[in-house]
Amino acid sequence: MRLSYPTNVRIVKLPCSGRVDIIHIMKALENGADGVYVAGCLEGDCHYQVGNLRAKKRVAYVKEILDKIGVGSDRVAMYNLSAGQGPRFAEIAREFTEIIRKLGPSPLRTAKKKAA
Amino acid sequence: MSANGTMSRLEKVLKAGHLAVTSECGPPRDCNAHVVEEKARLIGNHVDAINVTDNQTAVVRMCSLASCIRIKQMGFEPVLQMVTRDRNRIAAQADILGAASFGINTMLCLTGDHQSFGDHPNAANVFDLDSTQLLQTVRLMCDEGKLLSGHEMKVKPSMFVGAAENPFADPFEIRVPRLAKKVAAGAQFIQTQCIYNMPKFKQWMQGICDRGLDEKVAILAGLTPMKGVGMAKYMKNRVPGMDVPDEIIKRLQGVPKENQAEEGIKILLEQIEELKTVKGVKGFHIMAIEWEEKVPEIVERAGLYPRPQV
Amino acid sequence: MIIAKMKPIEEIIDEVKDHKKVLVAGCDGCVTVCEAGGLKEAQILASALRMYFRQAGQDAVVDEISMTRQCDHPYVDAVADTVANYDAVVSMACGAGIQFLAETYRGKPILPGVNTCFIGVTEAKGEWAERCQACGDCLLASTGGICPIARCSKRMSNGPCGGSASGKCEVSKETDCGWHLIYERLKELGQLDRFEKPMDPKDWAKSRDGGPRKIVKEVSQI
Repeated sequence: MRLSYPTNVRIVKLPCSGRVDIIHIMKALENGADGVYVAGCLEGDCHYQVGNLRAKKRVAYVKEILDKIGVGSDRVAMYNLSAGQGPRFAEIAREFTEIIRKLGPSPLRTAKKKAA
Repeated sequence: MSANGTMSRLEKVLKAGHLAVTSECGPPRDCNAHVVEEKARLIGNHVDAINVTDNQTAVVRMCSLASCIRIKQMGFEPVLQMVTRDRNRIAAQADILGAASFGINTMLCLTGDHQSFGDHPNAANVFDLDSTQLLQTVRLMCDEGKLLSGHEMKVKPSMFVGAAENPFADPFEIRVPRLAKKVAAGAQFIQTQCIYNMPKFKQWMQGICDRGLDEKVAILAGLTPMKGVGMAKYMKNRVPGMDVPDEIIKRLQGVPKENQAEEGIKILLEQIEELKTVKGVKGFHIMAIEWEEKVPEIVERAGLYPRPQV
Repeated sequence: MIIAKMKPIEEIIDEVKDHKKVLVAGCDGCVTVCEAGGLKEAQILASALRMYFRQAGQDAVVDEISMTRQCDHPYVDAVADTVANYDAVVSMACGAGIQFLAETYRGKPILPGVNTCFIGVTEAKGEWAERCQACGDCLLASTGGICPIARCSKRMSNGPCGGSASGKCEVSKETDCGWHLIYERLKELGQLDRFEKPMDPKDWAKSRDGGPRKIVKEVSQI
């Protein structure tokens, strides 16, 4: 559809959002991502039955950890949309980018500068 | 070896063929000696024995043993309620010996509400024994003069020992076998959970009589007067194992608020009259929680006063 | 098997926050099956700790390994060289494994990464429930294969208590009344006579109450 969305969004394609595990989200943040969102099918429409529900739980699990280690749960989110919703995809990308922009860079990147 | 003290008044009344009357007294949540004194004085002459609860609902109160000693020294007959939640077999046997040394001769063996109900939910529980095993222990001490370890006592305690039963808990089919187990363990009397569902209670009594258990154990029907609709609804919905039929609530609702207490007493008195005709019922256990002052009136209006000389 | 649950991360952070080199040691045994302390969980914890240190501006190293078991000497001894490189170890094995590591690596703080909870079974994916209290004197033959010590909140030998209602325990509506289960099972087995026979007081000396226990099988000793 050639819709534009922010260039800072790095996409990792998977057959199902249920393939996303807790460690993947954490490693992404560890390796420098300022935010991570998981985009899965609409609830009830998962091609593989309940993959998107598993993803939802895992995102919630990571959020809890992030609050406790000083990174903040806002940097991770779960979104649901169908494969046909091109404009919504772009909208989500813009929305989440905006959220992260307001939060600023990840504390994992700024802390060393603070300490220095 | 000799036995300590006299025969339990409750046992004498039952043996003589009279309907027995017992009631209960909850000790205070502090060390005020007068609370139990006053409650005992209120009801003492109208009952054959006064139960003293033992950290009921796992809430710390003055211990049952101390209160029983006080009641005994006032000249009334206490029933020592003992739960196994808080004490192991060593402490339990020791408490029984202590009680017997003061002439306390009637006991109720209970397992006890789980500590999560009380004000110290973080406590470790004991449950070294359960109520059935405590019954066995008391009978061993009294009949053979032995402790569980086999030690023979020179002066053995003498206890008329009972247990509690709830005819209204689910499933119903366990209720009679459960009683049979307690009788096999040595229970001599039973005090039931308070009755509102008369047909169900009669069904339970029928099961007991069918097995001949009414000849081995004296059933005292538990009764609690309703103070009003609020109390009835609370007991129906918030107290586990309590069976309150809707008719009771409707009957109380049909009466103006200031008359509900009297209606509650009327219901109880009608229950007593009906229970007098039920085979196997050998007496009544009136639990007027925080309404002990009504017990004398109830006993008199039920035609059970004065208590018989035995 | 032994069922454990990962400790709240704040507790773990509180113990490791002053260390510079931390090893997170998972275990491939029970804690892997109950998803509390296997390699997966060790990786997640290590990642979380690394992020914690980084946002706190602290220079710390956190690595993870998983050991076959932490309750047998050969496996515990095999990681000696690895452990030597760290200030502290967060062990995600059960309490037995944590202690065995601590006995071997006496100079290193070995910290618990999990709370060891009970002996139990996997009832469904993600759900584990208690079944055994290790009382040392198994009476399952008398109770139709259902344990009253582990499944009755009051560990009664002659249940149920007066609080059992509709097959549930008075402590929680989510907990089955162990004695209700036993009654139903004895009925299925045609053994209701066992239900009415009082069981004598239990010998608790064979359980934890008798003191820490040890078993020696002489024929197996070298």
